[in-house]
Amino acid sequence: MRELQEDPAPGSSSAPRRRGRAIVVTSGKGGVGKTTTTANLGTALALTGAAVALIDADVGLRNLDIVLGLEARVRNHVLDVLEGRVTLDDALVTDKRVPTLRLLAAAQTREKDDVDTEAMRALVDSLRDRFDYVLIDCPAGIEKGFTNAIVGADEAIIVCTPEVAAVRDADRVVGLLGNRTSIKLIVNRLRPDLVRRGKMLSVDDVNAILRLPLLGVIADEPGVIISTNKGEPLVLDDASATGAAYRAIAGRIAGTDTSTPEIPLPPTLFQKLGSFFGGRR
Amino acid sequence: MIEFFRKLFAPEQSGATARERLRLVLLSDHLSLAPDVVESLRADLIAVISKYVEVDEANCDVSFEQQDRAVAVLANIPILAMRSRTPPSSPPGAPPASPPHSPDPPPSMGDPIGAAYAVADGGESGGSAAVAPPPSPAPRKRRRRRRASGNPAPAPG
Repeated sequence: MRELQEDPAPGSSSAPRRRGRAIVVTSGKGGVGKTTTTANLGTALALTGAAVALIDADVGLRNLDIVLGLEARVRNHVLDVLEGRVTLDDALVTDKRVPTLRLLAAAQTREKDDVDTEAMRALVDSLRDRFDYVLIDCPAGIEKGFTNAIVGADEAIIVCTPEVAAVRDADRVVGLLGNRTSIKLIVNRLRPDLVRRGKMLSVDDVNAILRLPLLGVIADEPGVIISTNKGEPLVLDDASATGAAYRAIAGRIAGTDTSTPEIPLPPTLFQKLGSFFGGRR
Repeated sequence: MIEFFRKLFAPEQSGATARERLRLVLLSDHLSLAPDVVESLRADLIAVISKYVEVDEANCDVSFEQQDRAVAVLANIPILAMRSRTPPSSPPGAPPASPPHSPDPPPSMGDPIGAAYAVADGGESGGSAAVAPPPSPAPRKRRRRRRASGNPAPAPG
């Protein structure tokens, strides 16, 4: 709650000019966890007191508001802003739990081709003057939605699952991103037990292809689904190992955590018993 | 029963299968993204074969295609006539004395490339200017060509 009093209302025009970082979260393939990653990293960065704006660039298939649990608060969307119907301040939704976090939702009833690429660039640019971080949740695919999502970003986070199709698409997207100042990798949905038994690509297998600096590895676990059900990002749960992994990634993005990313290990027998007797709902 | 024990003691390593499929699909992707490499390979191939036979350069077709366990170079080079100076002992389709390689793998390919198969076609059908037939492995003469780290076996890594 400290931020409530001290923060100079991020996103309001009275805030001092900053030059925030614009980071696009992308993957090529759909369903690998871009939106979950964006929600968790945005929340984690905002928890440290940074002013964070999240843009849902998936016009037509709006999801980030759901994952954040903000769907009831969305009144206006990114196209309302781009087409001049409302001001940016009217469209930015303040998070329920972390007051320095704002969401700019996608339009649900419009199409990706309706978004003007240059207007999108200008929008991200103006947000960078008011926020420390602008995270853009990129849609799947490499068409106009992708172009619009990456246009304003000078950094990229690739989310990739240890699957042939996901790595192939990520490889393609890395090629399309060109020379961003930084392209980093998050390996998502790793099943350490399957990797140990030789039934899944390992983090090294994935990165032998992509060759990107590794930001972190997120294990596949039921907690992610449960948190999406509730609309509460896992980083808000101090007991969640996945939440901690996301917070560590946020720390690496911010530069406050210089540790090498940990590769999740298979659950021990003790942990298995624990989840058998007291599974979280 | 035997199957059961086989599975028990040597469980299927689908991770290795995934690795191998990924390697092949990316090799193929990167080749289709590097048309300049394909073009210079085509020019070099034609140059070599022209040393032995007269080829119909306008109707040459060189392409890459993913087959079951490898990416293959498919070359369809129609022959117009034999050169008068016949190369002594090389049967058609056999590799020339010093096989010219397309110089280097393209820079976009990060990974060492596995084996590529060069499929020479048209050796016996002199004068045929047929369009490239769909790749049917049987009638084609196929020779293996080792490349950078070329081990054709689906070795890990």
